[in-house]
Amino acid sequence: MDTATFLVQCLNAVQYGLLLFLVASGLTLIFGIMGVINLAHGSFYMLGAYLAFALAPWFGDWFVTRLVVGVALAALFGYVLEWIFFSFLYERDHLQQVLLTYALILVFEEVRSLAFGNDVHGVTAPGWLTGGFRLGGLMEYPWYRVFASVACLVVALALYAVVNRTRLGMMIRAGASNRDMVRGLGVDIRRLYRIVFAGGVALAALAGMIAAPLSSVYPGMGSSVLIICFVVVVIGGIGSITGALIASLLVGFVDTFGKVFFAEWSGVGVYVLMAIVLVWRPEGLMKRGF
Amino acid sequence: MSAAIGDGSHPREQRAASLLEAIGLGRRFRGLAAVDNVSIDIGVGEIHAVIGTNGAGKSTLINMLSGELVPSAGTVRFAGHDVTRWPQPRRARAGLGRSYQRTTIFGEFSVLENCRLAAQASEPRPWFVWERAARDWRGVAIATRALAAAGLADDAGRVASTLSHGAKRQLEIAMCLATAPRALLLDEPLAGMGAEETGRMLALLSELKKTHAILLVEHDMDAVFRVADRITVMVNGQVIASDVPERIRIDPAVRLAYLGNGH
Amino acid sequence: MASDGTGDEGIVASGVDGVRAEVGTLPDIGRREAGGWLVPAAAALAVAALPLVLSPYGQDVVVRIAIYAIFALSLELLVGATGLVSLGHAAFLGIGAYVAVLASGDSGASLALLVAMAMAAAAAYALVVGTLSLRTRGVYFIMVTLAFAQMAYFVVHDTKAAGGSDGIFLYVKPTLAIGATTLLDLGQRASFYYTVLAALVATYAFIALLLGSRFGHALAGIRVNEQRMRAAGFSTTPYKLAAFTVAGALAGLAGLLLAVKDGAVNPELLSWHESGAVLLMLIFGGIGSLRGAVLGAVAFTLLKELFQSEALLGPLASHWQLTLGLTIIAFVAALPRGLIGLGARVRGLTSNRAARPAPGGST
Repeated sequence: MDTATFLVQCLNAVQYGLLLFLVASGLTLIFGIMGVINLAHGSFYMLGAYLAFALAPWFGDWFVTRLVVGVALAALFGYVLEWIFFSFLYERDHLQQVLLTYALILVFEEVRSLAFGNDVHGVTAPGWLTGGFRLGGLMEYPWYRVFASVACLVVALALYAVVNRTRLGMMIRAGASNRDMVRGLGVDIRRLYRIVFAGGVALAALAGMIAAPLSSVYPGMGSSVLIICFVVVVIGGIGSITGALIASLLVGFVDTFGKVFFAEWSGVGVYVLMAIVLVWRPEGLMKRGF
Repeated sequence: MSAAIGDGSHPREQRAASLLEAIGLGRRFRGLAAVDNVSIDIGVGEIHAVIGTNGAGKSTLINMLSGELVPSAGTVRFAGHDVTRWPQPRRARAGLGRSYQRTTIFGEFSVLENCRLAAQASEPRPWFVWERAARDWRGVAIATRALAAAGLADDAGRVASTLSHGAKRQLEIAMCLATAPRALLLDEPLAGMGAEETGRMLALLSELKKTHAILLVEHDMDAVFRVADRITVMVNGQVIASDVPERIRIDPAVRLAYLGNGH
Repeated sequence: MASDGTGDEGIVASGVDGVRAEVGTLPDIGRREAGGWLVPAAAALAVAALPLVLSPYGQDVVVRIAIYAIFALSLELLVGATGLVSLGHAAFLGIGAYVAVLASGDSGASLALLVAMAMAAAAAYALVVGTLSLRTRGVYFIMVTLAFAQMAYFVVHDTKAAGGSDGIFLYVKPTLAIGATTLLDLGQRASFYYTVLAALVATYAFIALLLGSRFGHALAGIRVNEQRMRAAGFSTTPYKLAAFTVAGALAGLAGLLLAVKDGAVNPELLSWHESGAVLLMLIFGGIGSLRGAVLGAVAFTLLKELFQSEALLGPLASHWQLTLGLTIIAFVAALPRGLIGLGARVRGLTSNRAARPAPGGST
């Protein structure tokens, strides 16, 4: 493998990892703060992708605007969904949460089918991001992928800033380590949950919107991302943003280079990584905490 | 017995041989020392009580003795073996029993089954799947004896969750006894009990100490002074005094740190 | 009744009859279901008689339900008895099915061989997955079991050896033969029907036996309060691993039967939709009850048939995911204890009442 190819694969790995991070951070926050296991989280990613598709004719090349509008819509959706559905899940045991969120996936899939049909749709990258830059000889690395990585990085930094430097973030961190204590301190825990949930949905949807031009928009895209996110959360530790970042990048590299070297067996690589982490550090790389 | 006040140094030959011994036990949680250089021992024929304010490290200490927490420093010896790295089930099978502050019984099962299951641990026979657990006569006999010793003989057929709080604490002890322990670690067995139930529990403990070594963590000061043969006082993870009750009662450091006025 | 106490003779002998009389009425785990053995036995007989009145299509549905009942029972051992929620149980179903087809090759194989191989392969994977997954608890455990099932899914989906996304066909259905005499040919509808029924009865009886043994009681103890079990001296991990492996093996059996029924296998057998479906069966029927597991399999399969039936629901049938999803939400929200729980409520019984009232007050 020559240097240019290697570099391209590294960039791909980072880009995939960062995209995963966006989705996984939402999942780990929701689980860490509210203690709810949410199988439908992948559906939010799918929601983002379909939003990108649906909003395309309205916004054309105003890509960033489209992203902002999409994220706002997704956050609103998340806020309402928490209110009418998820808030009833907190008291239930894990099995019921699993099954109720599984049912939600079925409902979402059907709604998507009714609204958009079952075909694969393409979303084009905006005009100012088409093409790429030369990377040693014959390789051209797409600008859009660079944009995707940068965007995810910006969001990751923003997330870090919010979680570690704002009052909201402080409440989130406190809530992650001791839910009852936060309640006892008089924080309106229900509003906090609603905001965190909306944030998680928004993150996943944003990832979906960014990914849409790269991976197309198709049914079932939610499930594949979900299970990988579970692996990320297991490796990184529940409730840990830093852990999710490290784990996402690890998964990105294992998956990308796995495809290069192991073709047929590449799908298995991520799970082997998880198995190794389980043997070495079952509580996750970062244990509990941020 | 001419030991100086507060250093716990009774001449060893004059005490029952210690069955359970902790030497220099310590435990840190992310830089905070919950327990720091604690040494303690118990022998058959005595009740050794550990008292201290909240956060003194008593729970951490008992968890390290039972095997639920691995110490950051120090060793635990039981019946001549170094059990510091032994997991809890192994220590339990060797004869180290434990009761919990929050009642940990099997609420769904009958009182008898609670004890029978505990007794099963010493003869588990998991492979003999054609043998009915309900026909485990050995287990039933041991359970019956344990219940009788704990004063619950009449309640054997009841569902455990329907017992009164005090009776549940007695069941907790009975389950300990069903595993035929030689040493007992009792974490606040009197928690939430009224006067009459406390009296009964203390009588039970006094009876048990003749054949067992008992470590008792308790908040109820009256009870502790009534029944303990030795008392160790912990503050902020360290032992500040360890002696017979009479001397602990008048120890100035203890009074200052813990007992306040009264007693 | 001979005394078999060892070393405790003195104590056992005194008052032993009093003790044993009490054990006879002992509500040990507290789950005495109405009718004891009679109800399942009667149900089995009824199902055995069904071919007399059912069309071949109807018999097919019954066989399908029976196979899923075996699958559900195997998971009940994990979820209901031991308290381990696994979201990856379909992996073992799929492995059993694939091994059965692969081992049959071009000329078919002996049923005995296929049963042994399917169950052994599923058990082997269960042993590996269990060892790794049991290092985690709660939600982690759920996610890890799902991930390992997905790993198995990818192996059969992506690799050519396993036929890829199209799956593989079973060319010759297994037979059971001694020498040159064929005792049983699963290609025959009647033979297959009764073989599946026999497998269901055997699985049910085996798990019931397991749950009444010391091993089963230990599993129950682990489910109710694992900490107390450890404090008493049980090393709980080997018990959980054993339950996980046995559950996997039984799921493999169900997989083998499914492969024979459908005449083909495909990767979707290992999908998490399948894992989710079997969990749904358990919750529909009621966790913690073998009858519930079977009832749940019946309910879920019939419900899915209903929702997908154009004859009954017209245009709504193509949107069965929506109706199924909404039904699940309504069901889980309203009846968390499943159909068995509903039955218990109707009978006015709770599931753990003591056989005798407590004499006097407590001490």
